[in-house]
Amino acid sequence: MAGSSKKTVAKTRRVLGLFGDFDQAFEVIAGIRRYQVPGLTVDDVTLKSPIEHPEIEDVLGERPTDIPKFAFWGGLFGLVFGFFFLAGAQATFLVQPQGGKPVITIPSNVVLAYEMMILFGVLTTLAGFIIGARLMRRSSGLYDTAISVDQIGIVIEVSDKQYQPLTDLFKKHNVIEMHEEALS
Amino acid sequence: MSDQKHLTQEQTKDIDENIAWASINADVLRSMENPRRGYWVAMAVSVCLFGIMIYAEVYQYMYGMGAALLNTSHMWDLYISTFVFWIGMSHSGTLLSAILHLVHADWRKPIYRFAEAMTTFSLMTAGIFPVIHLGRVWNFYWVMPYMTDRGLWPNFRSPLIWDAFAITAYLTSSVLFLYIGMIPDLAICRDNAKGWRKTLYSWLSLGWRGDDRQWRNFRFTYLMIACFLIPLAVSVHSIVSMDFAMSIMPGWHVTTFPPYFVAGALYSGCAAIITLFILLRYFFKFEHYMTFPILDKVCKLTFVIAMVWTYLNLVEFASVWYGHDIPSKEVLIAKATGPYSPFFWGMMTFGSVLPFSLLFKWVRRNMYVLFFASIFLNVGMWLERWMIVTPTLSLGYHPQAFNVMWPGWTEWAMVGGSFGWFGMLFLIFVKVFPCVSMYEVKEMVFHRKRTIYDDVDEMMTLHSGVPGPKAQTQNSGGA
Repeated sequence: MAGSSKKTVAKTRRVLGLFGDFDQAFEVIAGIRRYQVPGLTVDDVTLKSPIEHPEIEDVLGERPTDIPKFAFWGGLFGLVFGFFFLAGAQATFLVQPQGGKPVITIPSNVVLAYEMMILFGVLTTLAGFIIGARLMRRSSGLYDTAISVDQIGIVIEVSDKQYQPLTDLFKKHNVIEMHEEALS
Repeated sequence: MSDQKHLTQEQTKDIDENIAWASINADVLRSMENPRRGYWVAMAVSVCLFGIMIYAEVYQYMYGMGAALLNTSHMWDLYISTFVFWIGMSHSGTLLSAILHLVHADWRKPIYRFAEAMTTFSLMTAGIFPVIHLGRVWNFYWVMPYMTDRGLWPNFRSPLIWDAFAITAYLTSSVLFLYIGMIPDLAICRDNAKGWRKTLYSWLSLGWRGDDRQWRNFRFTYLMIACFLIPLAVSVHSIVSMDFAMSIMPGWHVTTFPPYFVAGALYSGCAAIITLFILLRYFFKFEHYMTFPILDKVCKLTFVIAMVWTYLNLVEFASVWYGHDIPSKEVLIAKATGPYSPFFWGMMTFGSVLPFSLLFKWVRRNMYVLFFASIFLNVGMWLERWMIVTPTLSLGYHPQAFNVMWPGWTEWAMVGGSFGWFGMLFLIFVKVFPCVSMYEVKEMVFHRKRTIYDDVDEMMTLHSGVPGPKAQTQNSGGA
């Protein structure tokens, strides 16, 4: 049963619509949210824009990101690893005279562990960014350089049945240009 | 004509909200191809200075540290002074960019990129001074925390090792902060470049396509790294101050040194931002982006920080004057009346008196005056670092080591050459990478226009029922 329903909504192509204005793109996504294209939901939508539009989350819904977790765990690891790394290194000094000072010196280790907390926090945040934003991956060929200038792109994967209602919705909101590619 | 008028000193808006997005791309991309002749002159001067530095360094290798006239008590002198100066210079870029980002001060957007680049290259310049000072430069890696074949580690109690950790963390984080903030712009460059530039930008943009997923993660990443960088930047210069404050030398063992150094760092960095702002505006014809109102804000910020620095200076003097540490008091008196007094008073004049000129609007709106004022502010800040180091070393606790020392030509050549090295790196950067953030200028324009229009629309509808400009534009079918 599940297999047959999958067949009926099999996506056959990927469509990119270019809009000259953020409000038009916003309206298209709002239309999809109102089920003006049967079977499509906002989860199928990818917005491409020349600038960041946090307000798009009003229609796309909040999409989670794991960056704060990467930052937190990276920072914590840096702090703990930093302290124990230094303490381990200092422990090898046992054979040398300490001049009455403790082998593991808390104040100086706190300073250095603090630096390592920040360093590791930054590095894992970068790793989280590359993973979360899906960078450094072979991506779809559907892209237009106008997106990096001033146009907004909406990319959606659709089935043959959904294609016509989607193009109608795009045209209703003054799509400038459309590109598409077949899904293998 | 109207365009010229718009760019005059009477301009009141940070940026023209009606500027077309395509022209933002075009202007910035053009700047990477065709700078004014002044750019090449600056590059030639930088390369010459750097060449002199290389010569001095080779000479010092061959004849030893004595060529720099360093001796027993003066073992650091200009090398450590200039190191502290460049570390300080590095502070304003990233620190101010991060703070202004967190408080949503959008006027930072056209100028933060070059300020962050300034941070990176200042750190790279600062990093060469401890290495030069080693004499045996090939052993510089001994400061790294690794176990040698004799089972030895560096002394983690030493503030010099703290420096190595802090600067490594700061340089890495600053480079990443600069790089991550540049990724959307690198994608714009990729879309418009040819040849080697296209290859370079394609690699560096990491496949950025402007997806909502990418922007969302980008927003969080940038915010997180900004949050990490603010305490890091403060800690770095505090640690640099501990190179001095953790010792018992008269004039150095001062509790206020960490905030004093941080304020000094911000101060010299702000002055450097003004200098580079004016140069880049001229080199790349960035009159539409690096505007007088933004420069005005940077000047006011510089003045405020200058006053904080002056206050901390006076606090330091007062603590020594009213304290019971006689050697420290003698050093303070020697600074003001001894052989180094012209430089001490030069520091006070340039560092504490000159900033008052920034209170005058005509100074803040006159590029020529401001350019030279910003240079002299930094001369004052460089003198400050010299006056921290050398007078103390000339009057330590041991009378047999009392001596007045003047730097040798190799030291001066290194100091001058460091400006050449910095200038060269910075000028290469601004030629290869966009020094104005294109996407953020677009954001600035977009949000300002939208906010203004929405407010006006709302107010007009509320009070008179007349549709506002946004509604009128939409009705007339405009963009």
